Amino acid sequence: MPRVSVEVDGVKYDDDVEPRLLLAHYLRDRLGKVGTPIGCDTSNCGACTVLLDGMSVKSCSVLAVQADGKDVTTIEGLGDGQTLHPLQRAFHEEHALQCGYCTPGMIIAALDLIRENADPSDEEIREGLEGNLCRCTGYQNIVRAVRRAADDMRGPADTTSAPEEATR
Amino acid sequence: MIPGAFDYVRPSSLEGALTALRAAGDDGKVIAGGQSLLPLLRLRLAYPEILVDLGSVPELSGVRDEGSSLLVGAMTTHYDVLRDPLIHQHAPLVAAATATVADPAVRHRGTFGGSLAHADPAGDLPAVALAMDAVFVTSSREIPASEFFSDYLTSALEPDEVLLGVRLPKSYAGWGFHYEKFHRTAQAWAIVGVACLVQRSNGEISAARIGLTNMGSTPIRASAVEQAVTGGAANREAFRAAAESAAEGTSPPSDLHGSAEYRRHLVTVLTARALSKAASV
Repeated sequence: MPRVSVEVDGVKYDDDVEPRLLLAHYLRDRLGKVGTPIGCDTSNCGACTVLLDGMSVKSCSVLAVQADGKDVTTIEGLGDGQTLHPLQRAFHEEHALQCGYCTPGMIIAALDLIRENADPSDEEIREGLEGNLCRCTGYQNIVRAVRRAADDMRGPADTTSAPEEATR
Repeated sequence: MIPGAFDYVRPSSLEGALTALRAAGDDGKVIAGGQSLLPLLRLRLAYPEILVDLGSVPELSGVRDEGSSLLVGAMTTHYDVLRDPLIHQHAPLVAAATATVADPAVRHRGTFGGSLAHADPAGDLPAVALAMDAVFVTSSREIPASEFFSDYLTSALEPDEVLLGVRLPKSYAGWGFHYEKFHRTAQAWAIVGVACLVQRSNGEISAARIGLTNMGSTPIRASAVEQAVTGGAANREAFRAAAESAAEGTSPPSDLHGSAEYRRHLVTVLTARALSKAASV
């Protein structure tokens, strides 16, 4: 059985895994990282999105063996247990979730988006999140939360360019 | 779902990959980014006994300038294609189509060569490769795009043959280009797509290359439209008239997204749009 060595949310793990084990199942079933849910079986929903070496991937479409030697960040690696990450805070304050199933993937995808584009427009946010489905809120509050988090993450010096709220 | 059991190797050289594939025979399967293959494995639509992962073969990634052409390494991710200045300069149609592939997370893993070798007629890149007369460089030969796609999800690649890269001629740099994709949700496959290159001179179209996505079991050229627009005026009326023959010679599928008849109509509309956008009129 192949051996994998991965760092997940700052902790190093060495494990023997079956080649067919998906990264999503490794995270949930072996490491107990159940903050990463599995939504679909077709790569469509994005609920299981994590960062692999800093870039968003759908962990149901990566084998655990393919994560060997790499660094994984799940939703559980963002906050420190006391303070929420700006994206988590913004999703909470903007009411960007109802059932919350899509939220971990949404937040990780949004983090990847903000890494590439610190001040995304509403349209750029929608494009950046096109691989993530939400079946309850619609996307209005999610877009608002990502915009707010991006503003917060850039700091108070540069909040003048926030675009007008999209029309409903 | 959980895939069926398979063995897995990740060789660090091309020679190692070829050796593993030869040993596996018909039971082996190359995995590149896995964004098409892993869903098939999860749904148990594919049952390879051994996966040969090319992820640790470094020479298969990146875009190289070969003078009159670009060689896009098979393992170059869509994400890297989109950020490559050579692609934007010499093959902007490739960038335009790649930007419509799935979503950002899939583009981080999915590869240029993998999506072509997967040979899905609903994929965006096969029609582009066909329109551009790309050449598929493999471990044993070079295959022109017109001979690479042999059937639904089937390419000319042999089981022990590895796609190394795809050669894109620079001769279409400066041509007008557009990829027109019609799909119902953001990340879905094209119901129909049209990859279009046009060369304009003095208000006329002097040459055109059009590849169609999802209009049959392989990507297909819209040859009748190419001939109809060549030498004609570059305006919307002329494009609409020429695009009437876009479905000629095609055999599109009927599925839950639309009937064959619907696709035959849709392709005429999209081809006219693609021509107009490529020619900027």
